[in-house]
Amino acid sequence: MARYTYPEEHELQRFVQARYRKAWVWQAVFLSSLIIAIISLTALLLNVVDGSFGYIAYEFKKDPYTISEKPLDELTRDELIAILKDNLSRGAYNKLNNEKAMEERSQSELYNLVIERIIQIKTRETYPFFRSLFEKEKIEAEVRENFPDARLEFRSWLSPDFLTTPMSSRAEFAGVRTALLGSLWLVTIAIAFALPVGVGAAIYLQEYSDKKNIINRIIQTNINNLAGVPSIVYGMLGLAIFVRTLESLTSGALFGVTDSNGRTVLSAGLTMGILVLPLVIINAQEAIKAVPDSIRQAAYGVGATRWQTVWSHVLPNALPGILTGSILAMSRAIGETAPLIIVGASTFITVDPQSPFSKFTALPIQIYQWTARAQSEFHNIAAAAIIVLLAMLLTLNATAILLRNHFQRRY
Amino acid sequence: MQPQNSQYAIETRDLSIFYGPFEAVKDVNLKIEKQKITAIIGPSGCGKSTLLRAFNRMNDFVPTSYVKGEILLHGVNLYNKEIDPVEVRRKIGMVFQKPNPFPKSIYENIAWGARINGYKGNMDELVEQSLRGAALWDEVKDKLKQSAYALSGGQQQRLCIARAIAVQPEIILMDEPASALDPISTLRIEELMQELKKNYTIIIVTHNMQQAARVSDYTAMMMLYEDTRSGTVIEYDKTEIIFTRPKDKRTEDYVTGRFG
Amino acid sequence: MSTEISSLTATNQERENWATHLKRRVRWGESAIESSLFLVGVLTIFVTIAITIVLGDQALLFFADPEVTLVEFFTSTKWQPQAGQFGIWALVSATLTTSAIAILVAVPLGLSAAIYLSEYANPRVRAVLKPILEILAGIPTVVYGYFALLFVTPILRSIIGPDKIGVYNMLAAGLVMGIMILPLISSMSEDALSAVPNSLREAAYAMGATPFEASTQVIVPAALSGIGAAVIVGISRAVGETMIVAVASGATSNFTFNPLEAAETMTAHIARISGGDLPYGTVDYNSLFAIALMLFLVTLVLNLISQWIVTKFREQYE
Repeated sequence: MARYTYPEEHELQRFVQARYRKAWVWQAVFLSSLIIAIISLTALLLNVVDGSFGYIAYEFKKDPYTISEKPLDELTRDELIAILKDNLSRGAYNKLNNEKAMEERSQSELYNLVIERIIQIKTRETYPFFRSLFEKEKIEAEVRENFPDARLEFRSWLSPDFLTTPMSSRAEFAGVRTALLGSLWLVTIAIAFALPVGVGAAIYLQEYSDKKNIINRIIQTNINNLAGVPSIVYGMLGLAIFVRTLESLTSGALFGVTDSNGRTVLSAGLTMGILVLPLVIINAQEAIKAVPDSIRQAAYGVGATRWQTVWSHVLPNALPGILTGSILAMSRAIGETAPLIIVGASTFITVDPQSPFSKFTALPIQIYQWTARAQSEFHNIAAAAIIVLLAMLLTLNATAILLRNHFQRRY
Repeated sequence: MQPQNSQYAIETRDLSIFYGPFEAVKDVNLKIEKQKITAIIGPSGCGKSTLLRAFNRMNDFVPTSYVKGEILLHGVNLYNKEIDPVEVRRKIGMVFQKPNPFPKSIYENIAWGARINGYKGNMDELVEQSLRGAALWDEVKDKLKQSAYALSGGQQQRLCIARAIAVQPEIILMDEPASALDPISTLRIEELMQELKKNYTIIIVTHNMQQAARVSDYTAMMMLYEDTRSGTVIEYDKTEIIFTRPKDKRTEDYVTGRFG
Repeated sequence: MSTEISSLTATNQERENWATHLKRRVRWGESAIESSLFLVGVLTIFVTIAITIVLGDQALLFFADPEVTLVEFFTSTKWQPQAGQFGIWALVSATLTTSAIAILVAVPLGLSAAIYLSEYANPRVRAVLKPILEILAGIPTVVYGYFALLFVTPILRSIIGPDKIGVYNMLAAGLVMGIMILPLISSMSEDALSAVPNSLREAAYAMGATPFEASTQVIVPAALSGIGAAVIVGISRAVGETMIVAVASGATSNFTFNPLEAAETMTAHIARISGGDLPYGTVDYNSLFAIALMLFLVTLVLNLISQWIVTKFREQYE
């Protein structure tokens, strides 16, 4: 009889304990995978912080104290102009003056010019944050030995200047102003395209389409598939359609803009718009789906047409969800890099984008460019740019969460 | 923990069951007879299932739930700190409202529980015995490798019963086991219960008063307290007494169908 | 009294009035809106068609070039456009290697994270752990590239030895890609696990199963197809990933499956070549579209399979 082939009571105790041990071990294994995820995230963030601050050992051609008695950053604009006049050759000075009149330049611009052209700082070595923090003596000894002429200074690569200065070929003077503005242009164009189109498609699919109809099913499957197409393929699409086929439109030639080709912020923004379109549609569909049927029936019950129902009842109720989805789409657009490379972001550009027909660069493009450079000071500014990028993403996502909480309705 | 040779299969003492601050079941004292069928009846939402699930600690999965009082199996309180819920559930099996076979073969449905519980005997024999015990053997003996989902609802429920008896519990809890089945399948389950009580103690929750009257030996009548909305057992006795000459007016109203 | 009678015996005139009043009318505004919404929906199909035409058209030009043969493209292991050699395997090998490493990292980690979150964690722990995965999912891939090149690679080099593993290698790229895909696999698997009906969970526990036995022997098998779909989407994501490999795995085509070596994937090659100012219409330029077409088709097939599985899986429990 089967009853007797189960373990006896005392044996059973041990058996159950063994099973429990196994269960605990595996629970620990399952949990450890989450811990690995946490460690990776922490390492990634610390790694970025590590690169953004730290000691820098540099030399200069001309000692600042031989030019001025006061520290350079305390000088007035006139004093700085005088220094530039005294120390630069006439030709070099005139050239700079022609680019932008000295009198029009701000104090910090002039200061940077003095540093860049006269002092001519040369970075010898940069040190990461945590080494700078814990191995100060060792770094000092190392610098004394390897670069006896160098000065050691603690530098925050992320600074207000970093945000407001345009690109430069020297990491010490480079900033993300151009890239930041480029990213903003991009996102604005992308969302201006994707939001109306995406919400329209979502309304059609949720409120109008007959779910059994073959065309509608194809549309739905197709949207889900588009969401999984690699971003680089969208880049190729953008290159072929916006940059080349529609060049007269995207370069602004139709609108009288000359000296431009199709590699504009408009082309990139539209490419990005198509890339995030499936995301916007799927999120908007979810938001519309969440509006209870009772609201629609109430509207139809008082004699509303379908569009009246959608416009005055479904959309207002779905709006928070649609907005949250759009913000998520914007964060995707801000972080995407590959399509921008393909569409032809400029790698070196110091002029702010002025119109949709401007050449452009974007934050992730700068991060990519700087990371790929061999010199360590470029890695430092890449890290600082990553912090700027992550801060933008954080702001966007926080806005999305606040919106969601603020508008959350209970039906 | 000396196992007393209790005359009862399981007892509750001043048992109250809470979901967070809400007291779902209050002050229940029941002594369940061995190898008998005990029915728990009462209006919807009076805590019948909650009480039933307390017997094998299935309520543990509701994070905020806890109990006061005791449930004694062989004189041991099942809610003592050192008691292992996994062991409790092996001793007290359960059959659910909707048939819930595992998405495995018929054979594996039965063998799995035995295997995790350290069964060392002949598995084929155990499967056959359990299926015979659940009056299902003749219908499925040629398709043991097929998915359990291929069976009809009534067959699935008997498979779940076979699965429960395969681990040789002492008590089988049944939570409205026939409510999702047609009348013929229901009848077969009821006949099966009469067979099963020769070896097992059965506690069944049912909405169906005729069923309680037909199958059970004892009946516990539950009601809500008007003020706290907690459920409790208002009367517990032999089934024939509950249905013919109950002491409580509310029981009489309920079993005769006069209740709200 | 008289009104009652008149309503019971409506005159023909009255009936006609009502019939006109209730008659279906054409609402031009409504129809216009519906049609334009439909057009917007159809536009999404045009995106797919456009991708196919654009990639297909240029790829055809590429294959029509006398320097190129289909056989060479699909069999040769040398990709040297300057020398007129176009063997896709030199790039595919790197794509396969990095993707395989990523999947080997992401599937076990993502699945066990999903099991923990769905079967073990109480709501408070979940509320803390889940956002961490969401943050990982939201980090731009170029940041992962930075992390791979400047954090993971130096560590690998100090462990394995700088002579054995280079500054650019597929191992670091693959590992970091695995971390990047982990949240995707975990959240899709978690959806699959939570779609398993609670009655099965209860059945397992009522038989005296431990949480481990219930989750690995009943719930995971029941959710297996959904988990499979997650893995397939993960593969598709790894194959299409560009920035991590562009930054960390090297910039020369190299037919090798050795993760310690540098090699260029299909995506990284497209990014690098098109990043320069390549003149339109050259064989090199067209070859990029041929690679992109292959990428598109492979990921499309993977995504379709995964979607089909998910739909089937949903039906199973409805």
